[in-house]
Amino acid sequence: MAAKSAAARASQERASHDNGSVRTHGAEESARNLDRLIHERTRLGIVSALAVNTTLSFNALKKLVGATDGNLSVHARKLEDASYVSCTKSFAGRLPKTEYRLSAAGRKALERYLDHMEALIHATREG
Amino acid sequence: MSLPEPVHRPNPPVAIDDHARENLRFIRETMERAGSFTAVPGWGGMALGITALGAAFVAAQQSTRAEWLVVWLIEAAIAIAIAGWSTLVKARRAHDSLLSGPARKFALSFAPPVFAGGILTYVLFHAGLSSAVPATWLLLYGTGVMTGGAFSIRVVPFMGLCFIVLGTVAFFCPASWSDVLLGIGFGGFHIVFGAIIARNYGG
Repeated sequence: MAAKSAAARASQERASHDNGSVRTHGAEESARNLDRLIHERTRLGIVSALAVNTTLSFNALKKLVGATDGNLSVHARKLEDASYVSCTKSFAGRLPKTEYRLSAAGRKALERYLDHMEALIHATREG
Repeated sequence: MSLPEPVHRPNPPVAIDDHARENLRFIRETMERAGSFTAVPGWGGMALGITALGAAFVAAQQSTRAEWLVVWLIEAAIAIAIAGWSTLVKARRAHDSLLSGPARKFALSFAPPVFAGGILTYVLFHAGLSSAVPATWLLLYGTGVMTGGAFSIRVVPFMGLCFIVLGTVAFFCPASWSDVLLGIGFGGFHIVFGAIIARNYGG
C-alpha cells in the first residue's frame, strides 16, 4: 500500500521533472508570507500565553516567557503597535499594574500562524 | 515496485519542516503552562477557601454527625459550583479545543480520586466510621490536586502534597479536631495558595 503510493508519487515527481525546485520555491513563498511579528520567539510566547488567558499581568507574562523586563516591554510594544495585544495600565494600591490582553486581530494572527506551520509540515511530508 | 526516494534530498525543506514542528511544540507548551495557571483561577480558590472556613465554623456547632455531614456536603456543592463556574468562564473564552486542553486534563485526573472520596464517605459513614471521613477527604482531595496539577506550575502539586500530609496527620488526630483540620485544609490552604497563584500568575 505504502510502496504503491510511494511509487505513484515518485512517477508523479518524475513527471513534474523539477520537483526539487518547486518545493524550494513553495517554501520560499511560505517564508515570505510568514508573519514575522509573531514568528519571533518571545512574541510567539506572549501571544500563545495570552491566547489561553483573558488577561495576564506584566510579571506573569515575564515569568511565562522567561524574558527580562526590558525585553518583554520592547516585544509587547511591537505587538501593541500591530494591535495584536492591548495593554491597560492601572494601580493596585500604589504599585503600577500592567495588564495585557489578546485582541481579535492577534488571535486571528496566531491561528494563521498555526495553519501556516501545519501547512509547512504537511507540504514537507508529502513532498 | 517502489522507486528509491531521491538520495540527495535538498536540505532546506527538511529544516523548515523540523522548524515548523518545533514552533508548534513551543506554542503548545507555552499554552499548557499558561493555561494551567488559571484552570481554576487563584481568586476562585480564595473564594472557595472562604466558604470552607464558614462551613468549618457552622459544622463545629452541629450536635449530630449526620447534621455535620450535611453541612460539609452543602459546602462541597458550593465549592464545586465556584470551581466549575470559574473554570467555565475561562474555558469559554479559550474556545478552541487546543486551548481548553489543560483544563480538560486537570479535570480528568482530578475527578477519579474525588469520586473515590465520595464513595468512601458513604461507606465509612454507614459503617459507623465517620471519624475517618475528614482525613479521607483531605487525603483524596490532595491526591486529585497533585495528579491534576502534575504538569501545572509547581505551586499546584505542592498544594496537593500539603493536603495529603494534613490528611495523613488527620487519621491520627482525635475526631473532635476534624473541623479545625478541615478548616486548615479546605479553608487555609485554598486561601493561601489561591492568593499566591492570583498574585504571581495573574488571575
